[in-house]
Amino acid sequence: MQAIEARGLEKAFGPVQALRRVTLDVPAGESLVVFGPNGAGKTTLIKILATLMRPSGGWVRLFGRDPQRDDDLRRLIGVVSHHSYLYAGLTALENLLFAARMYGLPDAGARAAELIHAVGLGLRRHDLVRTFSRGMLQRLTIARALVHNPPLLLLDEPYTGLDRHAAALFTDLLEQLRGDRTIVLTTHSIEQGLVLADRIVILVDGAVAYESRDGLEDQHAVGQLYTEFVRTGAWVH
Amino acid sequence: MAVTTQERAVAAKAGPDRPATLIWLGLGLIVIGQFMAVLYAPEEVTMGNAQRIFYVHVPSAWVGYLAFAVVFGASIGYLFTRRRSFDLAAYASTEIGVVFTTLAIISGSVWGRYAWGTWWTWDPRLTTTFMLWLIYVVSLMVRAYGGVGSQAARFAAVLGVIGFLDIPLIHLSVVWWRSLHPLPVVVRPEGFGSGLHPAMLQALLVNVAAFTVLYVALFSVRRRQMAAADALAELKNEDHRRAGTQWTVGTQEVS
Amino acid sequence: MGALSAVRLLVWKDLTLELRTKEILTAMAVFALLSAVIFNFAFSPSPAQAVTLLPGMLWVTLAFAATLGLSRSFVLERDQQCLEALRLFPTDRSLIYLGKAAANLLFLLLVEALILPAMAVISGIALLPHLLPLALVMLLGSIGLVAVGTIFSAMSVNTRIREVLLPVLLFPIASPVLISGVKATAGILAGRPLLEVLPGVRILAVFDVMFVVLGYVIFEFLLEE
Repeated sequence: MQAIEARGLEKAFGPVQALRRVTLDVPAGESLVVFGPNGAGKTTLIKILATLMRPSGGWVRLFGRDPQRDDDLRRLIGVVSHHSYLYAGLTALENLLFAARMYGLPDAGARAAELIHAVGLGLRRHDLVRTFSRGMLQRLTIARALVHNPPLLLLDEPYTGLDRHAAALFTDLLEQLRGDRTIVLTTHSIEQGLVLADRIVILVDGAVAYESRDGLEDQHAVGQLYTEFVRTGAWVH
Repeated sequence: MAVTTQERAVAAKAGPDRPATLIWLGLGLIVIGQFMAVLYAPEEVTMGNAQRIFYVHVPSAWVGYLAFAVVFGASIGYLFTRRRSFDLAAYASTEIGVVFTTLAIISGSVWGRYAWGTWWTWDPRLTTTFMLWLIYVVSLMVRAYGGVGSQAARFAAVLGVIGFLDIPLIHLSVVWWRSLHPLPVVVRPEGFGSGLHPAMLQALLVNVAAFTVLYVALFSVRRRQMAAADALAELKNEDHRRAGTQWTVGTQEVS
Repeated sequence: MGALSAVRLLVWKDLTLELRTKEILTAMAVFALLSAVIFNFAFSPSPAQAVTLLPGMLWVTLAFAATLGLSRSFVLERDQQCLEALRLFPTDRSLIYLGKAAANLLFLLLVEALILPAMAVISGIALLPHLLPLALVMLLGSIGLVAVGTIFSAMSVNTRIREVLLPVLLFPIASPVLISGVKATAGILAGRPLLEVLPGVRILAVFDVMFVVLGYVIFEFLLEE
């Protein structure tokens, strides 16, 4: 089954065209990595897939359902954005509890406690999020995004602000939590993105400039191509 | 003057240039209407020539309310469809509505100076119109400072809906408020609606028609201008794209 | 999950955050007291004048205190884009509006419970005999202020001029609340028969119903990019 089907997605912000006829298919259980420089439309794409933004043209189906008229569908989506979605004035546990209850989980308390230990923040669970370091925040952000155990996980530039070490730890964490989830991850960094990818898409000026066909035939070549593109600013077909 | 291909492209995207006829029609009607107001319509018995300002005041107020009704409709249309054309219609109509409401308030105030002996009185109709004017001035503020992307358009549309629905309530509350403190006995504006001389009515109707045509003309001009500004911005973006430079979307950083 | 428990959770969240710092409540209460004092400096009313001045003083104070509280309401959602997170929950997105409005109303009512007796003491007017009708008018007025104020708060927080924009948006639209509130309060304090105040109460009630429904319907249109 396709977890994501997107056809001819368009998004305009006034006169600025952020997405141009983007068509995507992601089978359930696979992970798609979307590369692109800043301003390529990666965040716009994630927001549309997350049902936070309505496309100006085209349509999206998630697990065969229409996100525009299906509130309950959001139960299947987890999102990690540029922002943590955490309240600095609540404790780590309260943040998870709030999310778990808003998702209507029957055993919200148990789930929150389980997750907070899973990401290694058990001892800090009663501390205000305000006091957390960058790395701890990142882990809590992931825990919060996974609190309802969503089969689809959307990550928008999750490596931003992480140093090499923290990024490696983060990749490990993602690998652990991945299971049979469908993942869409955006990044502008080839080395971090390729680790998780089953398939890749390169987005340039809102349009799909490259799409891997059957698996990743030649990661190295694609990496070269993309690096060259970022360096010169011009996409060579 | 040489017209570049880009200029032609912008003009083509903005749409055909039809409003000119409407503007001439509107201006012609206004000249006729104002001649009728001054020469054709008889002098009012109690207020004398000061009453003639109503041939400007009533049509201005009418166009103001008409414009805000258009804003209301276009705002609902925009919120449901997110089509830029609805947004431009709402924006253009807000601007024109504010101009004509200003005209209505000023002309009403000048008339009030002669009829009531004061520039301003908290007459329910004046007060409601003034609150209305404030709401749509704020709407222009929202347009100016409302933020990046489609945000300002969305916010202005929400205000366009809320503001229009609020008008009856504002009027009701003002009427109730004034009823506790009755106005000093003066000539009420209602006084001349009854027993209006046929020539006065004709002059008024011609002026209302003239102002309405002028509204439609201004509306088309403004919409065309805005569409042209859009097309121009689009072309600039395309140009940057072709040159291979990276551009910004809203507030995002350029890499 | 039911709508009611979602709203209750949202209120719980805002209340927990607020009670931990008490920023908003303190600011609102101190501001309301200060403005009550300044009014008395400005007018130094005799007891007889106080009866006619109090309604205006009370509602101006409330309007400004409400603005202060409302302006902070979405700030705590903004820093980490928590509004996006709220929209990701599988509940009806309009419930976010009801939750925020309910929390704002709660804060405003708490401040009113403090400011009303303070005003009575400062102005030397016995409010107790009029308490019931007065409380009704204030409750209806507060619902109205918060119903539109929550919409405008969500709007202004994402603009450059947010502190300025909120009152400028709120006051013209909420003018029926302020006008009817002041006049109804004046009528009540002057000991007029309640029948005379009824039109004002009716306007307040219509305003409340209209804008709570409108806010509920329009909120997602407001947030959705």
